Order: sequence, then C-alpha cells, then structure tokens
Amino acid sequence: MHLLYSIFVDPFVQMGAAPDLLAQTLWEGLVSGILYSLIALGFVLIFKASGVFNFAQGIMVVFSALTLVGLNEHGVPAYLALAITLVVMLALAFAVERVILRPLVNQPEIILFMATFGLTYFLIGVGELIFGGDPKVMISDQLRLPSGSYRIPMAGGFVQMQKIDIAATVIASLMVAALAILFNRTRIGRALRAVADSHRAALSVGISLEQIWVIVWFAAGVVALATGIMWGARSNVSFALEIIALKALPVLILGGFTSIPGAIIGGIIIGVGEKMGEFYWGPLFGSGIESWLAYVIALVFLLFRPQGLFGERIIERL
Amino acid sequence: MFYREVGQYKTSYSADEALFPILQDKVGIAVILLVAFVGVPLTASNFTVDSILIPILVFSLAATGLNLLIGYTGLLSLGTGGFMGVGAYACYKLATFFPGVNIIVLILCSGFFAAAVGTVFGLPSLRIKGFYLAVATLAAQFFLSWCFIRVAWLYNYNVSASIEVPTKTLFGLPVTGPTATPVTRYLIVLSIVALLTLLAANLMRGRIGRAWMAVRDMDLAAELIGIRLYQTKLLAFAVSSFYCGVAGAMMVFLWLGNAESESFNINQSFLILFMVIIGGLGSLLGSFLGAALIWGLPIVLRAAPAHFGVSLHSATVEQTTFVILGVLIIVFLIVEPHGLARLWQIGKQKLRVWPFPY
Repeated sequence: MHLLYSIFVDPFVQMGAAPDLLAQTLWEGLVSGILYSLIALGFVLIFKASGVFNFAQGIMVVFSALTLVGLNEHGVPAYLALAITLVVMLALAFAVERVILRPLVNQPEIILFMATFGLTYFLIGVGELIFGGDPKVMISDQLRLPSGSYRIPMAGGFVQMQKIDIAATVIASLMVAALAILFNRTRIGRALRAVADSHRAALSVGISLEQIWVIVWFAAGVVALATGIMWGARSNVSFALEIIALKALPVLILGGFTSIPGAIIGGIIIGVGEKMGEFYWGPLFGSGIESWLAYVIALVFLLFRPQGLFGERIIERL
Repeated sequence: MFYREVGQYKTSYSADEALFPILQDKVGIAVILLVAFVGVPLTASNFTVDSILIPILVFSLAATGLNLLIGYTGLLSLGTGGFMGVGAYACYKLATFFPGVNIIVLILCSGFFAAAVGTVFGLPSLRIKGFYLAVATLAAQFFLSWCFIRVAWLYNYNVSASIEVPTKTLFGLPVTGPTATPVTRYLIVLSIVALLTLLAANLMRGRIGRAWMAVRDMDLAAELIGIRLYQTKLLAFAVSSFYCGVAGAMMVFLWLGNAESESFNINQSFLILFMVIIGGLGSLLGSFLGAALIWGLPIVLRAAPAHFGVSLHSATVEQTTFVILGVLIIVFLIVEPHGLARLWQIGKQKLRVWPFPY
C-alpha cells in the first residue's frame, strides 16, 4: 500500500506542492530533450535519404566539435575555425559517399550499419591521434555564445534558465525550420524525398544519387557540428559525448526513423520523461534510472505503435 | 582436386543427412579437434592460451548465440552484453548458494537464467522489427547494466561492486580462481564450446532451425505455412541468451577471474555483433572465424610495431589500432559483405576444381 502510494500519489503531491521545482524539472527536460532530438535529427536525415542507420552520428558530433576547438587552440580565429570545420565535414561527406556508400549500394541494411561502425572506429582513432584524448573546453566566448542565466520568479520560488540552453532551443528550432524548408520547398528537397521513396525510381528520372548522398551527409555533419557546440558548451568536448548518441536511439524509435517532426517531439517526450522520472520516481529505485528509463518509455510507445509516433506505416505483403 | 566429394555415395537418407556427409569434412574436424584438445595444451605458452585462445573460444560461443538470433532468425539484438552479464552474475550467485556443486554444472545452469531474462526481453519482438527491435533490446542492455551496479545483492554486497571468482576444484584439480592453470581452464572452455556448438549445429538441421530460418526469410510467409511466430521467436531469444549466458559465466569464471558491471556494457554487445557480421551471418563457422579475427587483430596490431623494432607511444598504438580496425571493417565489408564464412566457401570451391578455373 505504501509502495503504491509512493509510486502513484506521492510524486504528484510533490509536484503540486512545489510548482517552481516542477517547472524547473520540465525546463531541464525540455532542453536535454531538444539536444537529444538534434542528434536524432542527424540520424533521421541520413536514414531518410540513404536507408543507412548511421551509427557514426554520435562520433561525428564529437569529431566536429573537436576539430573546431582543436583548430582554435592552434591559433585559428573562432569564426574561421568554424568555417574550416564546415569544410572538413563537407570533405567527410564526400569521402563517405565515395569510399563507403558507393561500393556498398544495394547491400542489406545491416551491412551498411556495420560500415558506419567502421567509420566510428576510424573517426575515434583519427580524432584522438590529431587532437589527443583529453577533454577540451568549448570556445563559447569566442563564438559569442551567451553565458549566465535568468531567474524567473514563480510561485514563491524561482526557475533558473541558462542562457546557453535558451540559445540551444532557438538554434534547434531554426535548424528544424531550415531543414523543413529544404525538404519541402526546394528542388534538392524534392530530390531527397524521391531518393528516400525509391533509389531506383529516383535514378531513372535523372537524380544523381551520389550528389544527394553528399548533400545529406553534409547536412548531417552541420547538424552534428551544431549539436557538438551546444553539448560542448554545456559540458566538455570529449569522447564521452559519444555515449549521448545512444540516448538519441530511443528518441528515434519513439519518433519514427523517417520523421523530422517525430525526432523533435520524440526528443522532448524522452527528455521530459527522463528528467521527471529521475527527479520524482528515481529515489524509489535508488537513482540512476535515467540510463534506461528512456528506452523503457520508447518501448512502451512502440508496443502500441510499432513504427513510432510519426513513422511511415509499415505495410507488409507476401 | 583436393576437396572432391565425387564417388562418396550414400545409400540411406540418414547417411546423406549426416552432420558431416563429406569425408574430407570429417577428417578436417577430427584433425582440428585433435590439435585443439591435445596439440595446443602440449605446445602453447601460457600467454597464448590465456589471452588469445580462451577469449576467442568464449567470444565464439557468445557470437554463436547471437548468430542464432540475428543470422538464423533475423532478429537484430544489441543486448548480448547484458545477457552475458546475467549468466555471469547468476553463476556467481549459484556458486555462493551451492558451494559443493560441480562448477561446470553451475556454469551450464546459469545459462538458463540468462535464457529466462532473454525471453522476457524478447517479448516485444512480435510487434517490433528490424532496427526498432535492435533499439528495444538496448533497453535490456541498459537496464541490466544498471542492475549490475545498483542491485548489491548480485555481488554479495562487497564494497568493490565486483565479483571475485572463488577457487573450485574438479577431481582435486583447481579449475577456477587464481590457482588454476590456463591449460586446465582452456580444456574446460574448449569442451563446453565444442559441446554447445555441436548442439547448435544439430538444432539448425532440425525442425526448430528450419522454423527459425523460415521466420528470418519472411515471417508472414512462415506464419502462413503454420509456424507459430511468437513461440519460435521467443525460443530463438531463449536459446540465444542461453549461449550468451554460458559464455558470460565462462568469461568470468574461466578466463578473467573477476568482473564488474563494466565487463558487460554496451561495447561488449557491439564487439560480439562485429564478430557475427564479419564472420558471416547464419554460419556457425563464421562465429568462430569472426571471433578469432576481431579478437586477434588488435593483439597483432599492438604487437606489430615492437616486432619490427619501432617503439611507439602506447596511446599512439592504441589510436592507430582504432584507425586500422575501422578501415579494415569497411574494406572487408566492401570486398566480402557475406563474411569470412563466405570466403571459406569460395576457397572450398577453388580447392574442388583446382587446377581448372571451373
């Protein structure tokens, strides 16, 4: 009885008693959810256009952030370093298309998935060889990222909002808007959607697969860079960031592999659910439940909608 | 020429459907087993046995388990590390509760605990498919990892949060713990692996194996010809987890000697997935070849610079190993996406027709 009370009643009593804490938890969940969805966005972009489940997205985040910080450490001004990093990501996109995707076209999904594993190892090795394995501090000041926080008084307490978190939210929204416009309103976007529907049909109407793949991987690289800057500014830039990529996976299955809005909404559900769960229900289980709660939330959703919230309906025929 | 089955006539169905219908295979397997059981213990150094052969065998068994699930039933799972951990911790608890029981029996029993846990986490597999299922099994991985840290009962409440293997004897000879010699442990691992591999090979030839392969090829069609999908998929999860659990128990008791939750994290799952895919999906031989390659390659790469008289910083060697491993995986997938097992098949065909091209 007591257990039931502490699971079903007590947390809500706590929420009602301290709305400022509730709002704070919600805000933190929202921010981490948005950062998860940024990573998930990179996955979705590549999955949509090439059917590749790109495990290397997490390491691309780390690699791009490391390149940016590492260049700056060698005396390159921040904005020039940003530009060079973009060029590096473009080069990476070309290399991936030429070396990995082109020879492996038409292979089963799992083989391509494994190939991105190879890419992950390669990028970890190269990144550590060039920039060393130590954690680095993100150059937030040089990039003019805001620091400090706002305090919003509320119901007797206050809610603290880091300015960098607000910036992350704004940047994520802008990025999603830009991608939505790219996908729905431009020639390239139409080609991208065509490729996503059917490689062969797209080829036969004269769309260059190679070009599309480079564009998609570059877009994913840009998303990775933005994610890297935001995550880096909140903590450090280190290879430990790669782990957060795994957190993007439940976001993906929740939102559906093929849906950009799904990635965002899935991210927010996971982020908020995770923080709320950890804060209000975590003490019951001995804390640390953040590490698997996201997966369980996603699993529960999946049992009702096997293709994710916004995924394309899976139709099977004999 | 060398691998010619011409003239080996079969006069009954059972002879034709034998495990090794071709004489060369029989001889080959016999030679390999002879070398493994007699040759290696007599000649190999302790280092070779302890840090190359035992790990390869343990990982082969885990890879076989995962291969049953991915390669034969077509269910993608990323929870292998967690299931291995269940086996290891179950074996540790069993050894605590029943100190008098033969350790080999305990290792095999712990597989059943892993099978039970695997079945529970296999429950979503009827509704979820492909990568969605893979991510769902990640839930198992992270939940189990969390349990290995938070549930102190599992490691008998000791402060280091790790499990230490007690010394167990068999016929008066220590087989686990720090006093056991590598060769003794090697022979036990080898026996268990050989036995379970034989079991797997036979499972694949029978009704169960065929049902699994039918589900892999197309589950809707399999259902239409009367295969009960749910039972078949759950059985695949159970058997696969059993193999992984035994491998995990052996990993702790017969190889490492102690373990903590880190030994069974997500990287372990990915490592074994590598072995299965590089080795060849849907091939028992592939599991062994993949394990040997993925485990052996980094050892060779690490040893190579010292061998050629080049002294490098150990961190540099580690990073270069990563780069080379990554490149090799990609190159390998491009050259032969069906894995090492396929290379062996091509090799056999070449041997068969040699010296003619076809």
